[in-house]
Amino acid sequence: MNSLSTLLPSPTTLAALAKIGLLIGGLMTAAAYLVLLERWIAAWVQDRRGPNRVGIPLTKIRLFGLGQPLADGLKIILKEDFTPKHVDKVLYNAAPLVILAASLAIFAAIPFGSVLPPLNIPGLPDPVPFLVAPGLDVGVLWVFALSSIAVYGVLLGGWASNNKYGFLGGLRSSAQLVAYEIPLGLGLLGVVLAAGSLKLDTIMNAQAETGIWYAFAQPLGFLVFLVASFAEAARLPFDLPEAEQELVGGYHTEYSGIKLLLFLVAEFLHMITAAFLIVIMFLGGWHLWGVTGSGNEVSWAGAFLRFGVLSAKILAVIVFFMLVRWSWPRFRFDQLMNLAWKVMLPLGLANLVTVAAVEEFRPQLVAALGAGPASWLAIAIPWAVFFVGWIAAGVFTPSGTDNRPIRARGPLDIEHDLLEHELAGSR
Amino acid sequence: MKPSDPGITWLEEKPLGLAERLYLPLFIQGLTTTARHMVSPKVTVSFPEQRPQVGNPLIYRGVHRLNRDPEGRVKCVACFLCATACPAHCIDIVASNSPWPDREKYPESFQIDELRCIFCGMCEEACPVDAIELTSLLDLTGKSREEMIFDKEKLLSVYDMTKDAEPMKSATLGGTL
Repeated sequence: MNSLSTLLPSPTTLAALAKIGLLIGGLMTAAAYLVLLERWIAAWVQDRRGPNRVGIPLTKIRLFGLGQPLADGLKIILKEDFTPKHVDKVLYNAAPLVILAASLAIFAAIPFGSVLPPLNIPGLPDPVPFLVAPGLDVGVLWVFALSSIAVYGVLLGGWASNNKYGFLGGLRSSAQLVAYEIPLGLGLLGVVLAAGSLKLDTIMNAQAETGIWYAFAQPLGFLVFLVASFAEAARLPFDLPEAEQELVGGYHTEYSGIKLLLFLVAEFLHMITAAFLIVIMFLGGWHLWGVTGSGNEVSWAGAFLRFGVLSAKILAVIVFFMLVRWSWPRFRFDQLMNLAWKVMLPLGLANLVTVAAVEEFRPQLVAALGAGPASWLAIAIPWAVFFVGWIAAGVFTPSGTDNRPIRARGPLDIEHDLLEHELAGSR
Repeated sequence: MKPSDPGITWLEEKPLGLAERLYLPLFIQGLTTTARHMVSPKVTVSFPEQRPQVGNPLIYRGVHRLNRDPEGRVKCVACFLCATACPAHCIDIVASNSPWPDREKYPESFQIDELRCIFCGMCEEACPVDAIELTSLLDLTGKSREEMIFDKEKLLSVYDMTKDAEPMKSATLGGTL
């Protein structure tokens, strides 16, 4: 008996495996259905109806097109997986694996709910959190490290394709992601400072306890993080790495069949990760005033209510991502870099300094003004900085578009000036 | 032409105002447009179940038909004007002496290759007796090339099928007959 129990995995391992299974299944299904949602929203925005025919196979039941992901998936899996002759075989095959593995591994540190009520299983510490790797103290760092590794997938794919479009896509991607990781990190640092922890579940709990989501407490950080996560997920208006009109498919131009599928799934996982992070760090995670309560004492209904609230918020953020796609044109590359280095970086720094100052002097504020006014002031100051920073960014940043009169620039004009100069000299 | 040529009108882009530089007003404007289109009525027609609205059946150029006169005989007098006018050479007529006293010839066989036809409507314009017309039928399908060569009976049956929905254009437009 004793020898058997040592052979069996421990309850903690089993719980982790169960969570991994649920998470990967859920994420893959979500990615497939988000493709359908994306196509629906694209269609609705363009006054079309979108895919609404595919229902249950071999029947006439249509189900509003809910069978579409199955058909799409089958189609792309059964397609020929063609490897061009001119690619670097090893890297070409490794790239989709790297990007998908990294995008999935990120979710080890991302909580997808609150906690379960006590289960009283011997060997399993209660309460069981909705998190694959509970107690991972470097949660946020893990997320960032792996999202940076996912960039390697893009780079490898672009490089190994030995194709100019793929190469340009990979180049653009590296420049863009390196540039936007800085504002992303700055937006995040504010939250980490305020919550005092790198664990994402602790960050959520901190928001639930105070009832003040960090989007309200740090509006500037939220803005910077939101814009940067659009860029990190390479969604429009920041989809330069795969700008179809310029680069065919960008880094995945030379891919087909299931390898392309892996890239596309990873792309949707990036968007889901971005939505998770936005919701967990700035929009209160599973917390909703007067509905979910706070703390770790939950009933079964409460646990699933929190899961539902979190999922609803994430879905809302993803729908926002998809609406933005159809609202703004893509940035030019210099505008993209301008925005990252000349707007987002200073704004992120301003936010960080403000948050640090507020958190540093909070005890003194509470002592001088009392708890109520002090917490109001702690919210008012970041908002003041937000408006000042926003207006300053609008007024002082160099405009991304060259608004000088057309005749004040251009080679034609310079030629003309030279000619006039010569004429004046000969006179 | 020099840049200083008086014939050139230089258009200058307006400098961005404060609202535009702050980005939010334009942000909201863009999102409102998107949201409005999200909920606006859709223009797509769910085709097999729902027929598309043909703007004006009188000028729509769909499948051909051969009209019948009030006695039910084919109107065509086998003058070959349509076959001559046809730029795609898709009309094939075999003429023969008319069994009726009111005309000299009639088409013994009248074939239109619908796969060759470019639906330009010149046959309809050329016809002196308004015998050939283009209907507003737009879903023209078949399983073989042979099936898509419409003979006289088929073209007359198109007339029988569409005569109630689409009266002869000759009458409506004050035609020649």
